[in-house]
Amino acid sequence: MGFPLLSVVFLAPLAAALFLCFLSRDARDVIRKTAAGAMTLTLLLTIYAYVSYDTAMGGMQFTESIPWITDLGVSYSLGVDGISLPMLFLTEVIGLAAVFSSWNIDKRPKEFFILLLVLIAGVSGTFIARDLFIFLLCYEVVVIPIYIMVLIWGSTKRVTKEYAGIKLTIYLLMGSAFMLVGIVALYLQAYPQPLRTFDIEALIAASQMGSFSESFQIFTFFLLLLGFGSLLSMFPFHSWSPDGYAGAPTAVSMIHAGVLKKIGGYGLIRLGLLVLPLGAKFWAPLIAGLAMINVLYAAYIAMVQKDLKYIVGYSSVSHMGYVLLGFAALNVVSISGAVANMVAHGIMASLFFSQIGFIYEKTHLRSIPELCGLAHQMPRLTIGFMLAGLASVGLPGLIGFVPEFTIFVGSFAAYPVFAVLAISGIIFTALYILRMLAKVLFGPKSDRFDGYQDERGIEMLPLILLGIVLVGMGLFPELLMGVISSGVEPIAPLLEQIADAPTLLGGVR
Amino acid sequence: MISFVEMMHLALHVGLPHFLLLSAVLFAIGLFGLFTKKGIIAVLMCIELMLNAVNINFIAFNHYMPATDLSGQLMALFSIAVAAAEVAIGLALAFRIYHDHHTVNVDDLNHLKG
Amino acid sequence: MFSDFMLTHAWLIPLLPALAFLWIGFFTRLHKKRSAAIAITMSSLSFLLACGVTWAVLSGPITMETPFVQKTLWFEIGSVRIFMGSLVDPLTAMMLMVVTMVSLLVQIYSVGYMAHDPGAGRFFAFLSLFAASMLGLVIAVNFAQLYVFWELVGLCSYLLIGFYYDKVSAREAAKKAFITTRIGDFGLLLGILLLQITFGTLDFQELKVLVPAYIWISGTSFMTIVGLLLFIGPIGKSGQFPLHVWLPDAMEGPTPVSALIHAATMVVAGVYLVGRAYFIFSALPVVMNVIAWLGGFTAFFAATIALTQRPIKRILAYSTISQLGYMMLALGVGSLTASMFHLMTHAFFKALLFLCAGAVIEAMQDEADIFKMGGLRKKMPVTFAAMTIGVLAISGLPPFAGFFSKDEILGAAAAVSTPLYLLGTLTAFLTAFYMARLLFVTFFGEASPGCPATETNAFMRWPLIVLAVLSCVSGLWGHFAGFGEWVYFGAAEETGIDWVIAGTSTVLSLVAIGLAYEIYVAKRWSAYEISQRFGVLYTLSFNKYYIDEFYTLLRRTFCDGLGRILYWIDLHVIDGIVNGLARLVGVLSTIFTFLQNGQVQRYVAVFYGGVIVLVAYSLFYAYKVLTLLGGAF
Repeated sequence: MGFPLLSVVFLAPLAAALFLCFLSRDARDVIRKTAAGAMTLTLLLTIYAYVSYDTAMGGMQFTESIPWITDLGVSYSLGVDGISLPMLFLTEVIGLAAVFSSWNIDKRPKEFFILLLVLIAGVSGTFIARDLFIFLLCYEVVVIPIYIMVLIWGSTKRVTKEYAGIKLTIYLLMGSAFMLVGIVALYLQAYPQPLRTFDIEALIAASQMGSFSESFQIFTFFLLLLGFGSLLSMFPFHSWSPDGYAGAPTAVSMIHAGVLKKIGGYGLIRLGLLVLPLGAKFWAPLIAGLAMINVLYAAYIAMVQKDLKYIVGYSSVSHMGYVLLGFAALNVVSISGAVANMVAHGIMASLFFSQIGFIYEKTHLRSIPELCGLAHQMPRLTIGFMLAGLASVGLPGLIGFVPEFTIFVGSFAAYPVFAVLAISGIIFTALYILRMLAKVLFGPKSDRFDGYQDERGIEMLPLILLGIVLVGMGLFPELLMGVISSGVEPIAPLLEQIADAPTLLGGVR
Repeated sequence: MISFVEMMHLALHVGLPHFLLLSAVLFAIGLFGLFTKKGIIAVLMCIELMLNAVNINFIAFNHYMPATDLSGQLMALFSIAVAAAEVAIGLALAFRIYHDHHTVNVDDLNHLKG
Repeated sequence: MFSDFMLTHAWLIPLLPALAFLWIGFFTRLHKKRSAAIAITMSSLSFLLACGVTWAVLSGPITMETPFVQKTLWFEIGSVRIFMGSLVDPLTAMMLMVVTMVSLLVQIYSVGYMAHDPGAGRFFAFLSLFAASMLGLVIAVNFAQLYVFWELVGLCSYLLIGFYYDKVSAREAAKKAFITTRIGDFGLLLGILLLQITFGTLDFQELKVLVPAYIWISGTSFMTIVGLLLFIGPIGKSGQFPLHVWLPDAMEGPTPVSALIHAATMVVAGVYLVGRAYFIFSALPVVMNVIAWLGGFTAFFAATIALTQRPIKRILAYSTISQLGYMMLALGVGSLTASMFHLMTHAFFKALLFLCAGAVIEAMQDEADIFKMGGLRKKMPVTFAAMTIGVLAISGLPPFAGFFSKDEILGAAAAVSTPLYLLGTLTAFLTAFYMARLLFVTFFGEASPGCPATETNAFMRWPLIVLAVLSCVSGLWGHFAGFGEWVYFGAAEETGIDWVIAGTSTVLSLVAIGLAYEIYVAKRWSAYEISQRFGVLYTLSFNKYYIDEFYTLLRRTFCDGLGRILYWIDLHVIDGIVNGLARLVGVLSTIFTFLQNGQVQRYVAVFYGGVIVLVAYSLFYAYKVLTLLGGAF
């Protein structure tokens, strides 16, 4: 088995969090350096895994497996494939950026970084788990730190941080409740008692042997759709997302919008599609319709928002519509696009939130009418904002373009009407993003902001880190698409099998 | 029908029913106190009474069991030890409560109200 | 050998300015002179490379049918393989020459123009990126690459139009440019997606074979939709009606940028796209008609607006829209040659006109209204001469460049449709009139006292001279060197001159110039009275037919209005349901709180009651079991 790379990636933040528990609460510098060190280590290991992942071979690599609760068929088994590896990479990049974004935190830094590290570990655990039990466990672990962090370090604007925290948590827990029921149903249905297992590959194998009847698949997929869909802020389960981001501290917004949300999309593909293909096919038209609504509805709402975090919050709802559309089209191209778009959106959303967080940290303002002409005082921040904004707009050369293009290519044939409507979203996205950029960054110089310094030193690191990924993967999309397609290509036969399966709308589409 | 002498004989010959009766009375007193007393100390004492009633039951049953094992007695000892610990904690809590609220009246201590 | 080397290194042409952008952006941003030097060096290098490529094309076996193609995989997903590379044919070579030359001249000019601007480093970085994007677009091998650079061109125009970001008007103009062209890009993207889905490839060379075959088999109906969608892109980018609104506002950027946008990059991208994908459009009569009529209408429409505008750059902007209309008209009537020829000559004389305008505005200390100028002829002789050449060229007088290219367009139009020809000729008349008006009002008459204007500096003067020379000779050269044998679609075209058509338009232009002279110099008729006589028409033209206002109304209603309604729904319906559910749970829970009033003794009572119930139940159960067992005891 060699070096347990994924275990180290998973456990290093937890070990660091444990270590932080023993430090004095005044040792802020040591605390944040420890957190940064742990995250740097995990990021480097993840990059190593990303680079050395064998795309030609594909499949699960860097696998580890230790039986844990044998009576229940639970094992501590980790691994990454072409779908989860980019997500893991995303998690670690954003994790490190989030640590740097929280560098200047004054209020209870020790507790903050402990919770942050636990949060990151939990999120990365969901992506590398090959066992549903571990997956759920990690997912539930994530919810707790988020709640506490929103309550203690959050901010109150339109809604109180208490409301935001509760809303966020209850949505996440409701989602996980549906998910749990679905997963237990899978667990019970797949194999008879002594063979029962939470192993995802075993469940997929059971699915291919025909253990799940069509009606079972349809019902269970619906449960998973409710769970993962609300996590992915699918309309009408999206309203936690803008409120939650608005209330949360910067680091939580970054991780939440950047990665946590993507667990929804990841789960839909890994569990929904692979284990319950007929269910996925059945509900696909519904998902496509909701996806279209997501894109346009959220884009329209984003246009009339005043608070920066709300704009980015609704914008992320809008972008998740593209992910759902890519999923609903159920072909290799569109699903690859969906995975890639999750990565792309993760990077740009977290860059956005880190820059907004910086403005807020300095000026304690984040309402558009109160801000103007920041480009005069903060050129570096302007670069960060522009990069994130233009990537949201889907500008080629930045990370957002290729995924969107792939989703469009993949979904156009499957759902022409929904696709055209969703593609028209690029106009509205441009409208609200450019309005925001124009009002906040450009325009006459305002003396009020003269006293504030631009990003410097550590404050620039989130911008540099995320900016490199944003531009690098934009200019050389094969870096991202190569890995993803090695993960999605193997699904092709499965997708062909279900091509003629009945959908919501009847036998043949 | 049994005669009065026989009844007296039965009543005076101490056996298992006597012990059970005693413990039932003790338990009832404790329960009554638990429901009616307002002072937290009195409530604690009532709980002790109920515990002791149970202990009596244990020992009585153990004694009148045909088999020779001491598990009832052991259980009673165990229960006494736990009760001692409980009293210690209970009194400490009562002390803290008095310190914080300047009262030990359980009717005023309703902060857990939903 | 040499030509092979040139062709295989054509990809360097866009890359060099891109490197300049990176280099300036990262290292010399704050250093004005170094930034300029880097930008100009890289531009010169890519100009030299473009010369080499052109030489290779002219001397080698490369024609429109047998281009040189070189490509590398950009990314691959399933069956979708997207390449990046370079496609060189005479059309590309011509565009490379024009773009590199104009952008080089503009950069040299900018050294003088931006000398006192603290953001000059940034300016040169953006200019380089702009050139790089346009060059990347020109050598695109497939629609995907074209779209990528198409969007980047849009980005650069956004950055450059909004260069003076402290000005609200510049900021808004930049936004408007980006969003308006985005609407066009939406159509273009749909068209590209349909092509990818239908044919499984976006490669120009492969589509050139596949599209005619497809049309031959299944008719033109589907491809007409694709063609119309694709054409929406050029409508946005090339400022055709009804998406032309961004172009006049684009003059908010520094003048060299306007020159670059209006002459060589950005706006001609749309025309170039139609030319590049001509194998699709030319096979679709409906689309060709749309292109021709839209082009013709835009040419006329913009010319009528230009008649009444006052800021010098806005007049030029509308003239650009009008000239782009000409190019589209030429494409629509089936003459790729005429369109590309006009594109080339227009690039030179429009760059010249804008740079002259920039020199005038700078000399007038940022005064743009032509009626506040006057008498600059004596103070700025070189600029005056250059401007005159530009005006004569755009008016289509022989032997200047515009004469030959415009004549070809009119000839091509006359061959297809008389109404279009008449529209084109009328537009030529209007063009000559408003350009003459601009020239006369600005340079003739009496200078206002205290006019600060002086001749421009050398950095700004030499580009003017070079462009003026090009505006004189490029038409003649193109005509006699056989532009039509070089850039064509289908069969090589003869570039003969139809003297009836050419004579008519020349005479009309002369009449228009004479008319302008009478009104604005000799003052035989009062311009004010004329404007009063045409009251309604004048107001419409002066207010640009209220199209901007109409769009603002549309945007307010359908974007902001709808957005507000949806937001209300989100807050009160969707969140209302969510919060209502939460409240419902709250109400339900108050019902049960009587069990939990915080009184310890109540808890105990409940607890004890529970014990009693349980005991009673177990006794009852035991009793039932015993009765079932009957007499076992």
